[in-house]
Amino acid sequence: MARPRPEPVQVVKQRRDAALRALVDGVPYIRFLNIGFDRRGDELTGVLHFDDKLIGNPFLPAIHGGVTAAFLEVTAVITLSWEHMFPSIESGEIDAEAIVTDKSIRFPKTIDFTVDYLRSGLPRDAYARAFISRSGRRYASVRVEAWQDNHAKLFAQASGHFLMPQPPRDKG
Amino acid sequence: MVDKTVLARQFIEAIPHARALNLTLTHIGEGEAEITLPYNEDLIGDPRTGVIHGGAISTILDTCCGAAVMSHPSAPGGTATIDLRIDYMRAAKPGQTITASATCYHITRNVAFVRATAVDNDKDLPVATAAGSFTVEGK
Repeated sequence: MARPRPEPVQVVKQRRDAALRALVDGVPYIRFLNIGFDRRGDELTGVLHFDDKLIGNPFLPAIHGGVTAAFLEVTAVITLSWEHMFPSIESGEIDAEAIVTDKSIRFPKTIDFTVDYLRSGLPRDAYARAFISRSGRRYASVRVEAWQDNHAKLFAQASGHFLMPQPPRDKG
Repeated sequence: MVDKTVLARQFIEAIPHARALNLTLTHIGEGEAEITLPYNEDLIGDPRTGVIHGGAISTILDTCCGAAVMSHPSAPGGTATIDLRIDYMRAAKPGQTITASATCYHITRNVAFVRATAVDNDKDLPVATAAGSFTVEGK
């Protein structure tokens, strides 16, 4: 049987970018911190755009430890949601609009999150990438790394556990 | 000792990100601190429910832990977070103020150990708890 013709590249990009935008822009706190996501295929990189209001130590100055924790947690949750939803986005089962409006689409919930502060966060943009160590039916374990100028010199790393969205239970 | 409490309060209230979140220091001294975070729609993590994002809870807990360390009688000056673990017990009720309380329960020349709890109006069941270690820095 002949292989079906691949979709035009702009169709694929439009679908994936619209879904990612809906996932990210729908959350007020992500907008408040001005976190964006770069996408290469299914791989995501979180970008924390620096602003003076993110400062935690005005004398150094350095990014607030809480902001660093939040940035890592946002990257973990978005990456986990993205990987969880990706097959349904690709099959057309979920469309971008639905991510914002459909109440049946649920997100992973953080159970615990541990941050290692390796260096102080400099007053400039930061990047983060999450690695899903394991994603089961109920729980997921995720590791996140964050860096600034030099990818080899992480300024923070974290690991956390998440409760995956449960499919509606059968009655009876 | 009084001097240091005043200093710590000024330090916390001068933090740009603490101002952005409207954090208020309601108690500090002897290795203990209490900070409040009023509900704010900019901090919503789930637009369907209006529940505040865990990241904002991390920030108030981290700030509160740092304040507790600085107010400890054996702490000479500043501090920075080495490690912080947060356990999220339940979603905070939309519209309610979050209150974090932290205790620096042990301090050495180099490291301070801290525990903290965040609650909303229901004080009996915490929203989140934190445990962390912080640096002890000279003046």
